[in-house]
Amino acid sequence: MSWDWSIIWQYLPRLLDGALLTLELVAISGLIGFALAVPLALLRVSSNPWVRALPFAYIFFFRGTPLLVQIFLIYYGASQFEAIKQSVLWNVLSQPYWCAIIAFSMNTAAYSAELIRGAIQAIPRGELEAAEALGMSRPLQVRRIVLPRAFGIVLPAYGNELILMLKGSSLASTITLLDLTGMARTIIARTYTPLEIFFAAGMIYLLISACFIGGFRLLERRLNRYQHYRHHIAHEMTDIDPRLQD
Amino acid sequence: MSQAQTALELVDIHKSYGELEVLKGISLQAKDGDVISILGSSGSGKSTLLRCINLLERPNSGQIRVSGEELVLKRAKDGSLDAASRRQLESMRSRIGFVFQSFNLWPHKTILDNIIEAPVQVLRQSRDQAVARAEELLKRVGLLDKAKAYPGNLSGGQQQRIAIARALAMDPQVLLFDEPTSALDPELVNEVLAVMRSLADEGRTMLIVTHEMRFAREVSSQVVFLHQGQVEEMGPPEQLFGNPTSQRVRDFMSSHLS
Repeated sequence: MSWDWSIIWQYLPRLLDGALLTLELVAISGLIGFALAVPLALLRVSSNPWVRALPFAYIFFFRGTPLLVQIFLIYYGASQFEAIKQSVLWNVLSQPYWCAIIAFSMNTAAYSAELIRGAIQAIPRGELEAAEALGMSRPLQVRRIVLPRAFGIVLPAYGNELILMLKGSSLASTITLLDLTGMARTIIARTYTPLEIFFAAGMIYLLISACFIGGFRLLERRLNRYQHYRHHIAHEMTDIDPRLQD
Repeated sequence: MSQAQTALELVDIHKSYGELEVLKGISLQAKDGDVISILGSSGSGKSTLLRCINLLERPNSGQIRVSGEELVLKRAKDGSLDAASRRQLESMRSRIGFVFQSFNLWPHKTILDNIIEAPVQVLRQSRDQAVARAEELLKRVGLLDKAKAYPGNLSGGQQQRIAIARALAMDPQVLLFDEPTSALDPELVNEVLAVMRSLADEGRTMLIVTHEMRFAREVSSQVVFLHQGQVEEMGPPEQLFGNPTSQRVRDFMSSHLS
């Protein structure tokens, strides 16, 4: 086996271009996904079983099927419907970039909604009773107590979800996108140096993950300033995200 | 005191959990300035009664009036009574202070923010006005230096004093205390009782569920003894502590006042 460092340096700029697209996909889908997740989570904790059913079905579907299948369903599936091809939707659905964003957003929304639901349910009942007893309306309670409190609780698990999404984003390469993985495969097809290029791609993923972890740690320190509750929150977390237990 | 207005009136409150009837028709009246202690062994329905007043717990029947205004109730699907209008309930709750056994401060907000939250968001006071009032109250409970701290940094006794300040910030017509010292270490009980005593002295209308017998005897204008969801005996503290008519009250007092 011969190891060639120069091939890595030579293609590094291209790999970084790919990494940029990866970051873009994760950032945009992350934002859209989170914006969808909050209302989904709130519906999910409704006392009305009919209201609960809708987000339940959504979450059940997106957590129960592989992300790759979801991407294919959107990318290849949409073109099977003449009605879609005739509509303005086609402007979006004909582009792999937007198909990937849609699939990632909807997927992460499902997972994040479950995390936020868990966080909402981990808020001690008494804190809500206190709000209730002071005459706060339901929307006011949600805005001022429930959501800020839930965000603080969910933060460590949500950082985890973003990292899972970063790694999942490599599937964008299956629908022709030149994200970090897609770019690596393209380079390898030309140079036949899979070891060096996949090694480099892996290192870049690792670096991005490390940045995410650091960023979330900072954010956590800011949002959860009430230090005393640290260990308390650690407990709440293992309750809501089983992935953190091992 | 004969001219005093009725601050709070409960009429024939019933409450069941499934088959278990925990309140079997309790009526109670508090005039302005009354301090009513509610005593009884655990399971007698004391806390449930208190929580029915502001509908933290829904009664199955009965009437609730605050300063003459009746809370309009309607039958919910599960057979209990719910407020017919959320808005009336919220307005009434904002006039009833409630202090919990477990303090229930919001841990993500500073002490000051805990206190001004409801005055600003519910009563629509300006922030400056609410802060000024909060500082006054913090001074009163002796914790002005903790304004910027978080609840997690405070002892239980301090947290409960903050919880009392939070309730007072709404200028409530009635204050309800649900075993406010039961979750505290013994050495922290007195600082909370001292604050409550000063509130009683200035003529606040208070309902107190408590196990602090000596305190109840000293500050109460009325004492209510509950047994199995019914009023066993009601009267001035001299009567209930000194010469109760009920044998049950007699036994309870002798075992708790030794």
